[in-house]
Amino acid sequence: MDYQTLEATKDVFVALLYLVSAIFFIVGIKNLAKPKTASRGNRIGATGMFLAIVTAFIDFGLVVDVQNEVITSQFQYWYILVIAVSLGALVGVWAALGVKMTGMPQMVAIFNGLGGGASLLVAGVYYGFELARQATLDVPMLVATVLSGLIGAVTLSGSFIAYGKLQGLKIVPDKPVTFTGDLAFKLILLVGLLGLGAYMVMTPDTTFWYWLIVMGGLVLGIFLVVGIGGADMPVVISLLNSYSGIAAAATGFVLGNIVLIIAGSLVGASGIILTNIMCKAMNRSLLNVLFGGFGGGTTHTTTDEIYEGKVTSTSADEVAMILESAQRVVIVPGYGMAVARAATPVRILTEALEKAGIEVVFGIHPVAGRMPGHMNVLLAEENIPYEKLLDLDTVNPTFAQTDVAIVLGANDVVNPLAREKDSAIAGMPILDVDKARTCVVIKRSLSPGFAGIPNPLFANDNTLMLFGDGKQVIEDLVKAYKEL
Amino acid sequence: MTIIYLITIFAMTVFLGFELITKVPATLHTPLMSGSNAISGITIVGAVGVLLTHLLIEDVGIIPFILGAIALFFATVNVVGGFLVSHRMLEKFRGKK
Repeated sequence: MDYQTLEATKDVFVALLYLVSAIFFIVGIKNLAKPKTASRGNRIGATGMFLAIVTAFIDFGLVVDVQNEVITSQFQYWYILVIAVSLGALVGVWAALGVKMTGMPQMVAIFNGLGGGASLLVAGVYYGFELARQATLDVPMLVATVLSGLIGAVTLSGSFIAYGKLQGLKIVPDKPVTFTGDLAFKLILLVGLLGLGAYMVMTPDTTFWYWLIVMGGLVLGIFLVVGIGGADMPVVISLLNSYSGIAAAATGFVLGNIVLIIAGSLVGASGIILTNIMCKAMNRSLLNVLFGGFGGGTTHTTTDEIYEGKVTSTSADEVAMILESAQRVVIVPGYGMAVARAATPVRILTEALEKAGIEVVFGIHPVAGRMPGHMNVLLAEENIPYEKLLDLDTVNPTFAQTDVAIVLGANDVVNPLAREKDSAIAGMPILDVDKARTCVVIKRSLSPGFAGIPNPLFANDNTLMLFGDGKQVIEDLVKAYKEL
Repeated sequence: MTIIYLITIFAMTVFLGFELITKVPATLHTPLMSGSNAISGITIVGAVGVLLTHLLIEDVGIIPFILGAIALFFATVNVVGGFLVSHRMLEKFRGKK
């Protein structure tokens, strides 16, 4: 076989292997989206990834030099690759196994950011190679390079800010950070960076502009996410997830590699779908979430009128007695349950109630918590069966036949003001806990939720407020119930 | 590879992605996100690519090599951590059907 044929054969072989791994990704994602096959889907995806990496080593590591009629291996510095991969794998395993379920949103945010970071580095380094080779750079490849750098950088810094917010780091406040003209600042920065990108596409002679765009993108990512409040993080994380995919796809265009394009755009699409689900669950547009500066915690003058003299406070003993005569209980968890680490006592309470023949289910709002599906993960950690976790549409019609609804650390997702036209959360689908015979709200105080508006639910006749730390209160409740 | 060919693949895959993931139950939101997140670590292929291609190009110095190694490290954390975290969550969901 001559060297020309050898090279052609290698190219076909490599392309086929990449195609097979792309198929693994497609089948993997398809399976991941269905409860029964999700675990298998994840394994299929991982297999595809392994195959893609092996193929990359064949693709770039064994080069057929047609002119000199030799096959050269590029593994002289193999130990650098081994070190990078081993360190990465070690950190990945350590992080994935060490993280508590309550820390899951932060973990996902970090992984997202690293993906974006890797994409921007690869695109930049490759761009430098092309310049050094004095290759003819076509416009589409240059545009993809700019996009990869910009989106990758926004993903990287944005994810780390999201991490800071979710982790509760002092330097990154949970509340949206806004300043006069911040929207204009972000827009000008974005337009400036795009202008810089256009310049780079027209005059590709140095990598300087690329790294400048990356720096600007990092700044943009910080300001974009720092201006968004903690409770909007489900939207932000899904969006960043989508961005990390798009950045990978853009890098695929830079390298002319189809497996990057296919995998990246699949992730981009799935991230957009999740983002959309989250936005719908709040009846807000994506633009409103990103630039609305929502949830600034503005206090309303009407708070006193709503609460004054109408709020009924109760004790664990009283609630225990109400529970004893109940037949059906719906527990509505929110971010407060995650903060108070109350999932374990909730499980104990659930078991105690079920032992007495009381039906207990969970009503879960799509944006409860700080990550899509946050509550489901916390409750699954406690081995609460999947069938007991009901979504909004399933649980809402059943509140009329529910004796007690226990709202644990949730606020805006049960606020009846959403049914009124002129409130800040108008039109947001809520859990109709006020339709239950008795509604017990476990909360530390009457302070407003993320939307910054009072909640008339707390003043309802059939609402009892049980003030205190979620974990402590549920533990007291369990104790009181068992002593009856 | 011609650019139009790549764009075609891109457009088709985006549509395919939307078709595949229309109705996702809430329980799967997190695992789907971390699983797909791991797949976006596919840039690992690119990182391996630039590191191995580095030797073919003269006079680019050590910096691209270091950046490539960092990219490879980032992407590996993303891939390994992402799949493992989803695996952990999905095993919990599976345990009690």
